[in-house]
Amino acid sequence: MINKIVKSAAEVVSEIPGGATIMISGFGEAGSPIELIHALIDHGAKDLTVVSNNTGSGYVGLAALIENKQVKKMICSFPRSTNSKVFPELYHKGEIELELVPQGTLAERIRAGGAGIPAFYTPTSVGTPLGEGKEIRSFNGKKHVLEYGIQADYSLVKCKYADRFGNLVYNKTARNFGPIMCTAAKTSIVQAKKILDLGEIDPECVVTPGIFVQKVVEITNPEDESKLVAENRRYICK
Amino acid sequence: MQVTDKNRGWSTKEMAQKVGMDIHNGAYVNLGIGMPELVSGFIPEGREVIYHTENGLLGMGSIPEEGKEDPELINAGKKYVTAVPGACYFHHADSFTMIRGGHIDICVLGALQVSEEGDLANWSTGAPGAIPAVGGAMDLVAGVKTIFVITKHCTKTGEPKIVKKCNYPLTGKNVVNRIYTNLAIIDVVDKKLFVKELAPDITFEFLQEHTEATLYKYADK
Repeated sequence: MINKIVKSAAEVVSEIPGGATIMISGFGEAGSPIELIHALIDHGAKDLTVVSNNTGSGYVGLAALIENKQVKKMICSFPRSTNSKVFPELYHKGEIELELVPQGTLAERIRAGGAGIPAFYTPTSVGTPLGEGKEIRSFNGKKHVLEYGIQADYSLVKCKYADRFGNLVYNKTARNFGPIMCTAAKTSIVQAKKILDLGEIDPECVVTPGIFVQKVVEITNPEDESKLVAENRRYICK
Repeated sequence: MQVTDKNRGWSTKEMAQKVGMDIHNGAYVNLGIGMPELVSGFIPEGREVIYHTENGLLGMGSIPEEGKEDPELINAGKKYVTAVPGACYFHHADSFTMIRGGHIDICVLGALQVSEEGDLANWSTGAPGAIPAVGGAMDLVAGVKTIFVITKHCTKTGEPKIVKKCNYPLTGKNVVNRIYTNLAIIDVVDKKLFVKELAPDITFEFLQEHTEATLYKYADK
């Protein structure tokens, strides 16, 4: 029997080694797998390269992972936001690396990684500081830069419904990077709000086919990141 | 440069209204954060416009009523929004396929500077120590069919924002199609700036005095 369901977040992240490249879903708090990130903080793997659109808010979730000095390098498009405190501080001290990528290029690099496409050309960033030093080629008289696909060892993703085959359905704009990150990681770990029986998800409505998912853990009542940030809460490692 | 453009010409609302007039029925539109967001309030009656937000929603609606905010229903500025009937959600690669593949008709963005060739700088002042953050700006200017910029004509300290050459880091080269300021509406045509409309009581000469880039009159074209 195929069963990708794992009992706890702690168990599922325990196999992640130091030095791993990890994709973390979410656009701001929407779709950020906060329980999986907190379990990763407890687990303690270090020297991680993290691919995520932002760098977290306050002192919980991704920001707490960074604050705990587990992240060596961030690959992201927007590393600051109203409540992002941890990343700017470490960045200014030179204690964390940043690879800044335009958001669409980031999405496409992940998509390409998942589709086995090593590189592609795009006009995004031509003539800007982010296009400097990149290979340029013209197509139809227009300049394009060469960008490389990204693959990861793990992805940590949040969704609404999952089944034991790993089929996923997301919630509203929390879908964002989840589906493409599942395709681009060797092991995709998903926290679902509810695990349904096989067949309960209409096959026409499956967003991420189970083949892209290796582990699923049910987190019925995930924390609300914005509430924790508003309360100035800090995640304390267990 | 004199600080004389302040409170001259159109109000911010009137600027947004001017942009709204130029958004056609049936357009797929992406609005940048800040002043561009005002445009949605000024679409002429009878036109139906679909708003795209690059975090993954087509058919973005207004701000939710108090108490009905959903942390998983936000816009690109990470503010709570609603979805209109007929809306759809999608992942980031699809969202940026809409942008990069030329499927979005109009994008309205703010600006730090616009050059006379239509280069846009709007993502970073390049100040030492600033955390660089680009988001989707470079993808939008590279992929969306028509780029409108809405901005005050001069900075708070009276410096012109429409310049010969941007000294802030570029978002894209030769990407802007039309600029809406408090003083005028200016088109970028073949890497030159043509004044389409002047705000009330603003002369071409006054406008040129407050613009570093060279301006042209359509009549001289």
